[in-house]
Amino acid sequence: MPPIKIRKRTETGGVRSFVIRATAILAALVVTAAFIALLGKNPIDVYASMVTGALGNPHRLRETIIRAVPLVVTSLGIAIAFKMKFWNIGADGQIIMGAFGASYFALNCPNLPQPLLLLVMAAAGMVAGGLWAFIPAFFKARFGTNETLFTLMMNYVAQKWVTYLQYGPWKDPKAIGFPKIPNFVDNAILPKVFGVHIGWIIALILVAVVHVFMKRTKRGYEIAVVGESVDTARYAGMNVRGIILSALFASGALCGLAGMIQASAVSNTLAVDISGGAGYTAIITTWLAQLSAPAIVIVSFLFAVLVQGGSYIQTAFQIPQAAAQILQGMILFFVLGSEFFVNYRVAFGRTVAPSESEVPEEFKVPAAYDEPASPEAVKTTKGGSRG
Amino acid sequence: MDSLLVKFLAGSVQAGTPLLFATLGESLTERVGNLNLGVEGLMLMGAVIGFNTALVTGNPALALLAAMAAGAAGSLIFAFLTVSLRANQVVSGLTLTIFGTGFAGFLGQSLTGKVTPDSVKAFFTPIKLPVLGDIPYLGSIFFRQDIFIYLGYLTAVVLGFYLFSTRPGLNLRAVGESPAAADASGVSVVRAKYIHTLLGGALCALGGAYLSLVYVPAWQENITAGRGWIAVALVIFTGWNPYIAILGSFFFGGLDIVGFRLQKYDIKISQYLIDALPYVVTILVLIASSVRKSARNSTPGSLGEPYFREER
Repeated sequence: MPPIKIRKRTETGGVRSFVIRATAILAALVVTAAFIALLGKNPIDVYASMVTGALGNPHRLRETIIRAVPLVVTSLGIAIAFKMKFWNIGADGQIIMGAFGASYFALNCPNLPQPLLLLVMAAAGMVAGGLWAFIPAFFKARFGTNETLFTLMMNYVAQKWVTYLQYGPWKDPKAIGFPKIPNFVDNAILPKVFGVHIGWIIALILVAVVHVFMKRTKRGYEIAVVGESVDTARYAGMNVRGIILSALFASGALCGLAGMIQASAVSNTLAVDISGGAGYTAIITTWLAQLSAPAIVIVSFLFAVLVQGGSYIQTAFQIPQAAAQILQGMILFFVLGSEFFVNYRVAFGRTVAPSESEVPEEFKVPAAYDEPASPEAVKTTKGGSRG
Repeated sequence: MDSLLVKFLAGSVQAGTPLLFATLGESLTERVGNLNLGVEGLMLMGAVIGFNTALVTGNPALALLAAMAAGAAGSLIFAFLTVSLRANQVVSGLTLTIFGTGFAGFLGQSLTGKVTPDSVKAFFTPIKLPVLGDIPYLGSIFFRQDIFIYLGYLTAVVLGFYLFSTRPGLNLRAVGESPAAADASGVSVVRAKYIHTLLGGALCALGGAYLSLVYVPAWQENITAGRGWIAVALVIFTGWNPYIAILGSFFFGGLDIVGFRLQKYDIKISQYLIDALPYVVTILVLIASSVRKSARNSTPGSLGEPYFREER
């Protein structure tokens, strides 16, 4: 077997990494095509009908945009947490609780004037979603509790809570036994602009706000520092606990706002499946967008095409909607793998003198003494996701 | 006649068995330092492949082997990405869950509503073990179950022995604690990570197969319903220890069915709130284990971190 040499790249060319990622996505499409073919369907038909199903006419395009809106807003929220290497995978629960907060006012104060009611709903959604993220953040900051699992469990608690409301105290008495929560009054529904609810404008404004916040403000910078190294942040005199708590409240608040938008504009009521899985899909879009707010818009739109196209092939060709999910997984697998080739230089064959390659690693003289040597230092330099 | 409590506890063992396999699998994976969040996806892959194989062949042993192969294949993707290509473990694991969910949804579309074949059902009917089955109470709870459940006990004990009483077990724990030290003492880190991540994935898939072959026993969409995630939490709850995993899994199995069982009685608490119990208890466990972390820390030292020999 020829020796494989792996070297960390010092420079990362923009064009190179773009080409590598594009190749990865292409490879994912090819492999998924092979999979679809293996299952006896024509992959080209499937892909083509996914694209036409998502973008084929103005109505479908509007539907795709409606699917992209919660992905964009939720991804922005997740990006703030991920920047801090706080693995908030509880966006789904934060969306649900945001929708719950908004619904409370929509159902109980239907007589407020529309602008006021919508503002109250948005505020309530943000507070509810923010608190849902704040709870795990509090325990993370105080005791180092594993946030990945905590936020995830909070998703299920939120789901059960809304199920309880739907079957119990909030059940619509007019639905004759059918367990659903009453529809909102018109005052509680977001208006439309160009045929799509105003959420798309809110999303674009938030993209700009979050971008400026992360890149141009002191707090945004502090979040990035905490993500790189908690020790550095502490050494620089930053209030790490305060940064974690406020950032996670903001993260949850954005997800909560996404929930308010979904409840108000899309389903016009509260339901368990209000998020439509956006909380999980947004983790992928955020990561693929490398936590960059402008890139989130593009990636979210492409994923909305996948999801919308997926539900179209289900109705048009009886191809299970899950095909889109497989494709999402494949794309992410390949992009994850491709990061390696962005960050490392791989050489096959005997490009180095044999005598050197046969010396066991531990006896080699380090090439440079300024390389990190202590385990602590190694830890901070090798975090997997290049946030 | 068994009392209601004994019936409930025997039911907890059945409901806890998928959790047990998944917890054992994930414990093994995490012991070599790999935090694989794809358990839910692996369980679903095992469930759908195991069920499909049972439908086609009618052979229970083949069904289990096929499920294990599916789990190993799924975790091979994870191992390749995180060990060889050094990808982020959290994102890779989540992706595996998304992929596995899609995979099971896709294959399961045509299986919805189909029932496990009778030959397989017969194979997994409860068998009373001699002697053990006659122990009062304990016999009815633990030893009048199906063969799959006995396989679960056996796997837990074998895995515990392997981890704590054999040299390969010691080596794999060393890899999880400090890959650099294990590497320096001549243990192949990459090989240990691959082997045990694959084995772990195969065990997770068995947990899924129990659901579709024995517990339900029919195909339904999203058959795991979040059990994979509970297993990930159970690993922490049980301190990466296969012996404790037995008790932890059955406790959570009990939480899983208590809401449904209580429905018969006139209880003022909604079933949907009781259904949230496993998740709330998991959260409390997470908090408790992090609070006393300073006293006794059993988390594998390198959990979640990739190992680069060149950057040691």
